[in-house]
Amino acid sequence: MNVPEDLKYRTSHEYIRIEGDTGTVGITDHAQAELTDIVYVELPKVGAETQAGGTIAVVESVKAASDIYSPVSGVVVEVNTDLESDPALVNTDPYGRGWLYKIRFTSASELDSLLDPAAYSAKIA
Amino acid sequence: MSDIPHPLKTALHPAHLALGARMMEFGGWDMPVQYAGILPEHEAVRTTSGMFDISHMGQIFVGGAASLDWLESLFTNRAARLTPGFGQYTLMLNPDGGVIDDLFLFRLGAAQWFLVVNASKAAEDEAWLRTHMVPDIQLTAPGAERAAIAVQGRQAAEVVEQLLSLKLPPHNGIAHLPEQDTYIARTGYTGEDGCEIFCPAKDAVPLWERLLAAGVKPCGLGARDTLRLEKCYPLNGSDLSPQRTPLEAGLGIFTDLSKPAFVGQDRLIHQKIAGVPSLLRAFEMQGKTPPPRAHYPVLASGEVVGEVSSGTLSPSLGTGIGMAYLPPSLKPGDPVEIDIRGKRFPAILRKKPLYPQS
Repeated sequence: MNVPEDLKYRTSHEYIRIEGDTGTVGITDHAQAELTDIVYVELPKVGAETQAGGTIAVVESVKAASDIYSPVSGVVVEVNTDLESDPALVNTDPYGRGWLYKIRFTSASELDSLLDPAAYSAKIA
Repeated sequence: MSDIPHPLKTALHPAHLALGARMMEFGGWDMPVQYAGILPEHEAVRTTSGMFDISHMGQIFVGGAASLDWLESLFTNRAARLTPGFGQYTLMLNPDGGVIDDLFLFRLGAAQWFLVVNASKAAEDEAWLRTHMVPDIQLTAPGAERAAIAVQGRQAAEVVEQLLSLKLPPHNGIAHLPEQDTYIARTGYTGEDGCEIFCPAKDAVPLWERLLAAGVKPCGLGARDTLRLEKCYPLNGSDLSPQRTPLEAGLGIFTDLSKPAFVGQDRLIHQKIAGVPSLLRAFEMQGKTPPPRAHYPVLASGEVVGEVSSGTLSPSLGTGIGMAYLPPSLKPGDPVEIDIRGKRFPAILRKKPLYPQS
C-alpha cells in the first residue's frame, strides 16, 4: 500500500498534507482499497467549522456509508467538487485528484498527535 | 464485524480465500462479499456470466405418500400444479399470514420434493416443518454434505451446457444427474438466465475450478444483492418479515387462495377483501444522490410514510434504487422523498422491475 512520506495520518485512515496554515485532507490508499468502489462522496460546505475528530464527510461504496473524521480543527476553505461527477477519483488517485477538502487549521499542535508515515504503515501492516 | 464467533464455512471457502475474496458473515456463514469488486461482478452477470457460492442456502428433501397434501398445507403456492422436474417460488407463512421464509420448491417425483431455503432461516424452517409433521413424511436436511453453485448471466446457460455436455432443463425446471448425485435447476436470483447446481460438497471445488477455467467470473454477495434488487426480488429479513404478508410484499401471484387450507390463508383472504395496509413499492432516486439504504425514512407530501427496506446504487441504471412498504394510495409515478442523514432527496415510485424499466 502506498503511504507517502510527506503526509500525516489519522488512525481512522485519513491523511493531511500541510501547506502553511492549511491542510489538504483525503483518505489513504489503504482506506480506498478497503472501502472498494466509491460511488458517492458527501463533502462539507466551504466555511464549515470542525473539531479534530469531528465527522466532516461521508464516503459511500455500493455496500456501505463510511464517516470521515477531520484530522485537525479548523475551517473548511475548499472542497473537491470534481468528486460530485467522479467519486471514483478517491479510488484511482486518493493522494492526488481524489482529495476531499482543504482546511485552515486553528492549532498546529494538533498535528503532533497524528501518525507519521512509519507509524501508519505499521498500523496497516 | 461478526456477532457469530465461529461462522460456518461452505465447501468452497478455501476457493474464495485463494481468489482473495473479501469475506463477511451472512446468515451464520463466512461468505465472499466480493472478489474484483461489486460493479465489475454485477456487470459480468448482466453481460456475460458469473457464479456464486450458494452452498449456505438450506437444502431440504421431503418425501412420502402424504407429502403433497402436507406441503399444500404449509406453503402458499399450489404444489399440485408442478409436474415432476419442475419447481416454483412459494412462501411459508405463520398463522398471521406473515412470512417465515420464501423458498423454491422442486418436484422431483410424484411424492419427492426438494426445497431450497434462505441460509439465515434454514434452521427455523426445518424446525417449523418438523413441528407440523404428519405421519408418512420423510424429511432430510443434509447440511454440510451438500454444496451449490449458481451460474448466472446472458451466456451462463451456454457455458454450462458446453462444459458439462448436457442440455439444461427449461425455465424453472430441474434435472437430476444420478451418477453425480447432482441436481441442476434453471433458476436464479439475478434476473438473468442461468442455473443453480446442487451437488455433493466434495464435488464443489472441482466444479468451481472448471467454471473458472471456462471464464465464468466469481461473484460475491454484494453483486448478488444489487442484481436481485434491480429486479425487485425480495430478500427475507429485509423486504419480507413475519409482520408482512405476501400480498403486502406484492407476491400475490405466488399465493393460491383457492387451494385447500394452508397456514396463514385466512389472513390473506381477509386482506384480499379488506385491502392491505401497505404495499412493497420500488423507487428510483432522481439525479445525483447518496445511495438509499435500509431504514432511511420515506416521505410523501412532507410526512414520513415508511422506511426503506432495501436500497443500493443500481450499477445498471447509475442511480439509487430501493424498495419500501408504503400506503397503498401511493402508486408508481408518484414522487416521494428519502431522508438521508437529515437531508431529503427526491425519488419516484416505479413499476417493478426497476431494471430493465418498462
